[in-house]
Amino acid sequence: MTIQPGRANPMADPTTDAFAAALSTLGAVAPPTLRPAVLVETGLADRYAVLDSPVGTLVVAWNGLGVAMVDLAGDAAAFEGRHLALTGRPAFAAASVPERLAGAIARRLGGDRRVRIDLDLRGHTPFEQDVWRKALEIPRGEVRPYGWVAAEIGRPRAVRAVGTALGHNPVPLIVPCHRVVRTDGSIGQYSLGGPSNKRTILATEGLDPEAMEDAARRGERLVGCASTRIVCWPSCRTGRHMLERNRRPFRSLADAAAAGYRPCKVCRPVATIASAA
Amino acid sequence: MDADARLTADLARDLDGSFEAVVLAHQDRLYTIALRVLGDPRDAEEAAQDALVRAYRAMAGYEAARIRDLRLRGWLTTIVLNLCRSTALRRAARGAPPLTLDGPVALPIEPGTPPGNGPLDIAERRDDRERWSARLLALPTAYRTVIVLRHVDGLSYPEVAAVLGRPEGTVKAQVHRGIALLRTMLEADTRREFQEMSA
Repeated sequence: MTIQPGRANPMADPTTDAFAAALSTLGAVAPPTLRPAVLVETGLADRYAVLDSPVGTLVVAWNGLGVAMVDLAGDAAAFEGRHLALTGRPAFAAASVPERLAGAIARRLGGDRRVRIDLDLRGHTPFEQDVWRKALEIPRGEVRPYGWVAAEIGRPRAVRAVGTALGHNPVPLIVPCHRVVRTDGSIGQYSLGGPSNKRTILATEGLDPEAMEDAARRGERLVGCASTRIVCWPSCRTGRHMLERNRRPFRSLADAAAAGYRPCKVCRPVATIASAA
Repeated sequence: MDADARLTADLARDLDGSFEAVVLAHQDRLYTIALRVLGDPRDAEEAAQDALVRAYRAMAGYEAARIRDLRLRGWLTTIVLNLCRSTALRRAARGAPPLTLDGPVALPIEPGTPPGNGPLDIAERRDDRERWSARLLALPTAYRTVIVLRHVDGLSYPEVAAVLGRPEGTVKAQVHRGIALLRTMLEADTRREFQEMSA
């Protein structure tokens, strides 16, 4: 049955009209999952689900661009409200955090900094994003003062603003703002449920928050090694194997320099503006 | 100004704020096209979803004037058909049967049966739809695609030609041949039914 194009007008054939009518009933309705999936993938909406952590159950919100928010689990309505206020986007509840993302978060919390977790930080200022990126460089089991972050991002006088930016960190734990402490060495504030949570998390990461604060109260801001003549932040990993008899606490970088110590190239201690934070 | 022109005007002004309206306006037809071309609901949902995501990402890189000039209906259709094509290729590479080609297409009903609304009528219509969908899937891809665009989605011949990048005459001939093949299938089904009934 060969039909030459242009010879016959198909629509002139009444059975063709009947076929057309039958075919026109084949319209289908998109599954209800399609619209949310498109909006989440394009970053116009987020999904959220709960996830366990050292400080209890968390709610994690994410979209096609990355993780957008981490919060302590409360009731869903309260979370959706906070999420909307923070991101301006609707959030759809999901049964669970996707396995790959959950695995990546678990590895990151376990100290593996190589694992890649995309973050959706749209709507936040470049300064805030600089601060959070810098906090990401602090290894598990170590802390740095606000002033260090400020100096490292090239805004040494913006210590207080660094504190504020860390307080606004939308993805605590993933961006480890808990590893940034006050310039005087005390633990400082924490957005994810207050300072006691910060202590818990730091202790989980192998630090001794009480000992840290005791040392800070004694005025020990930095620790030098008498054999290498290098001075570090107290939690710097390079100082971990230092013999106790070589330990030399310092009140400031100037004191250390006066004693003939040079700053560690790994933890890069800086003279911080202590009064500001 | 038709609905799509209004949409593209809104998109050009505020892509993020207007994109959900595009999803709502086009998701059913994109899903339908993918479903009738591919035959599998999950593949169809994936293709429709992917098409909308790609459209968004493309527009995010376009200047406002370019978005305003988009012929949304045809453009989205082109995207979803491309994705259907790659899904079909992937499926073939996996060794999965491309489509239920020679599946039994039993118990046809004459097209154009007057619609009724009793439960039997509804069930019959559903059966009828399934049979027509199976016949469509039994068509060679080129014919199936043009028939889906022309008769299921309701694009005009010039629109189908633009979407497929083929001359309008070719598209008309393909639709005609596709319909002729469907008629052959329908006749074969009717004959089979008749033989089964008289056996």
